[in-house]
Amino acid sequence: MKPTQAGLLATAALMTAVSAQAETLRWGSARDIYSLDPYSYGDSYTIAFMNHVYEALVRYDENLEIEGALATEWEIVSPAVWRFHLREGVKFQDGAEFNADDVIASLTRVSDPASPLKGNLPAYKSATKVDDYTVDIELTGPYPLLLNDLTNILIFDAGWLKDNDAEKPSDAAAGVENYATNNANGTGPFVVESRTPDAETVLVRSDDWWDEPRHNIDRIEFTPITSAPTRVAALLSGEINFTEEAPVQDLERLAAAPGVTLMETPSLRTIMFGFNRKPELEDGRENPFNDLRVRQAFDIAIDRDLLAERVFRGKSRPSGSMVAPEIPGYAEALDAYPAADAEKARALLAEAGHEGLEFSLVCTNDAYVNDEELCRAVVSMLSRAGFSPTLDSAPQALQTPKRAGGKSDVYIIGWATLPMMDAYSVLQQIIHTKGEAWGVFNWGGWSYPEIDKLIEQASTEMDREKRLAIETEALAMAKEELVMLPLYQQPMAWAMSEDVESVMQNPDNKARHWLTRLAE
Amino acid sequence: MLVFILKRLVNAVFVMMAVAFLAFAIFQVAGDPVEMLANEQMSQADRDALRDRMGLNDPMPVQFLRFVGNAAQGDFGMSYRNNQDVIGLIAERFPATMELVLVATLISLVVGIPLGILTAIGRGRWFAEGLQFVSIIGVSLPSFVVGIMLILVFSVILGWAPSFGRGEVVDFGWWSTGLLTPSGRAALVLPAISLSLYQITLIMRLVRAEMLEVLRTDFIKFARARGIPRRKIWFRHALRNCLMPVVTMTAMNVGVLIAFALITETVFQWPGMGMLFIQAVTFLDFPVMAAYLVIISFIFVLLNTAVDISYAIIDPRLRSAR
Repeated sequence: MKPTQAGLLATAALMTAVSAQAETLRWGSARDIYSLDPYSYGDSYTIAFMNHVYEALVRYDENLEIEGALATEWEIVSPAVWRFHLREGVKFQDGAEFNADDVIASLTRVSDPASPLKGNLPAYKSATKVDDYTVDIELTGPYPLLLNDLTNILIFDAGWLKDNDAEKPSDAAAGVENYATNNANGTGPFVVESRTPDAETVLVRSDDWWDEPRHNIDRIEFTPITSAPTRVAALLSGEINFTEEAPVQDLERLAAAPGVTLMETPSLRTIMFGFNRKPELEDGRENPFNDLRVRQAFDIAIDRDLLAERVFRGKSRPSGSMVAPEIPGYAEALDAYPAADAEKARALLAEAGHEGLEFSLVCTNDAYVNDEELCRAVVSMLSRAGFSPTLDSAPQALQTPKRAGGKSDVYIIGWATLPMMDAYSVLQQIIHTKGEAWGVFNWGGWSYPEIDKLIEQASTEMDREKRLAIETEALAMAKEELVMLPLYQQPMAWAMSEDVESVMQNPDNKARHWLTRLAE
Repeated sequence: MLVFILKRLVNAVFVMMAVAFLAFAIFQVAGDPVEMLANEQMSQADRDALRDRMGLNDPMPVQFLRFVGNAAQGDFGMSYRNNQDVIGLIAERFPATMELVLVATLISLVVGIPLGILTAIGRGRWFAEGLQFVSIIGVSLPSFVVGIMLILVFSVILGWAPSFGRGEVVDFGWWSTGLLTPSGRAALVLPAISLSLYQITLIMRLVRAEMLEVLRTDFIKFARARGIPRRKIWFRHALRNCLMPVVTMTAMNVGVLIAFALITETVFQWPGMGMLFIQAVTFLDFPVMAAYLVIISFIFVLLNTAVDISYAIIDPRLRSAR
């Protein structure tokens, strides 16, 4: 192409860009991201947002199946070594070439002892370069969930990290700040134009993205608006045209508003109750919740359908399963829940000798959708069935130490299996007996050695079908014993104005705007 | 005089120490930041290591001394939430809050003083009593309700002003201002009005009371007897004598406004210090919370001490009284 011709074309492109200036997605969210550094904080939301700028070796497609991104294919060389073949011709946004060194620098950074994201790559041991476009990842042993973990490990440019002295992750404890906190250079579909924390982060389309863009967005203006009424007002007044956090109490109003579209679906997050299972309760009483009949009475005292209808206006998905249907390891048979029957519950409780059982229900009021309303409703259902619960409801920051410290009798917990998206997550972190790498959220302090054995078996089973079968079996045993009491998958609602033509919505509640189409 | 000033300064230091201790004590019972920082997938060993590196396992006196020692050198550590220097974060937010507070103060003076005069000179008339009544409603409405009502009317229904944010800003060194761009000025209107409502009422009532007081004095009666026009008496003679307490109160209230701005900033997503603090509370970001509390108290103490000292300079009787 001759220079003049190129110049003409550029001018033409510029003019079309100006005439199509409406292609801006104004995204109002309920919260800000923590930083532009996806490794600065173990937060799924920040990582999901930064996925517009950075990419990982593998990613989830629209059906939540794993597909190649910066890696094109992979194979298992030996039980603990995976070989990844990298995509050639990919460029970082500053023009640097993507290759094996970048993968190794990123994996080294994310597994640094000071990295808050270390837990997202638990089995990682080391990475070696085979050639410029092949990397071997060595693990601590056979581990089937590496690909799931890698979807969340976004890849930096090695040279950029080195030049800007950002090879180590930022670390609040050690006072280490980082260039990557306020600057970004990824391979993804959008480039960061500017960022003002708590005010606005602007992304613009990357013209050098290796993938065929399916979006038609030129610019994303991301604005956190923490106050729910203000967010709704901003949508109604047209100042934003998309939010992935439409408050449940305003849904009817938004649905009735002209030009506003709602997208609603149950999310992956399952809300459950957990019981204190130590020999004694916090106040010194012998623990009645170690009696299976008491837990069963609790279970049938709760009317899940009524909860869905009254507390969530039909938007939640009543569930008997600890994982949502989309999660590998889910089994339909385990999703069944008993019909509510206050009389039967009362009889069971009496049989166990615990009529009028007094206990505190530790509930949050800011962690899950309508959590406080839920707990109020449950307290009255339990009272009708012969329990004497007292509700202890407070912000998450106050309740978490009570819950994690085993100081609560019965507590609420929500689990989405994120970022892993596999039933193994709930088994490893909640159901397994507490240990260094296990049962971090085993807040009640139970121990079922037979279930533990199955979970450990699943952790090294490389055959996917076999592994999922083992996980389902473990879930079935946990359900039999009512280790946890799952209630429902909580609802999520995205709202958008007419400027937005289509958005890909998945139950993981992550916006993927490289698949979003704006109205022309 | 020097002794008096020194005494006031020593007092101020003690107050600051007490504030620091209180702030610190609150955090000891507020909860565990590690539980808020970690995600679903972090192992217990990693949590323990993180808690250890953050110094949360040290005995409380050690933590407190470390905090005071660093704070005295202006080092409040790094924010847990976004791994940035806390002082830098607060400095970034400071201009937003100050502009909001100053504009709100200006509005409250410009509106409050005339209303005060009006209600004083028209005492007993229907409009004066009406204004008095409306002002009671103004004081008793919580400011988040006022904010949301303003948004509903002026953003959603009328579409005149934006409902959130600060608009476009221009940077001068570390000071960023929204006053120089049309969108910045538009964004300032609703939050400034919402923040100033309470102050308007206060100033109006103060001016009214002072005016009534002054209008009863002898020199006004003499002025009237000399045939000086009413208008001149009100604005020249009476008003001037009322302004001193108004100015003092306004100066003292800047601190109150900065603290009040917390709610207004949350409603309007105004990226100021109050917003930063609220976010920090949600995530148990102790370094930011501590720094905010200490800095706000510092502003209060500074204003109070300055007012005390200036009074003592103006009125020598106050020096011996203490």
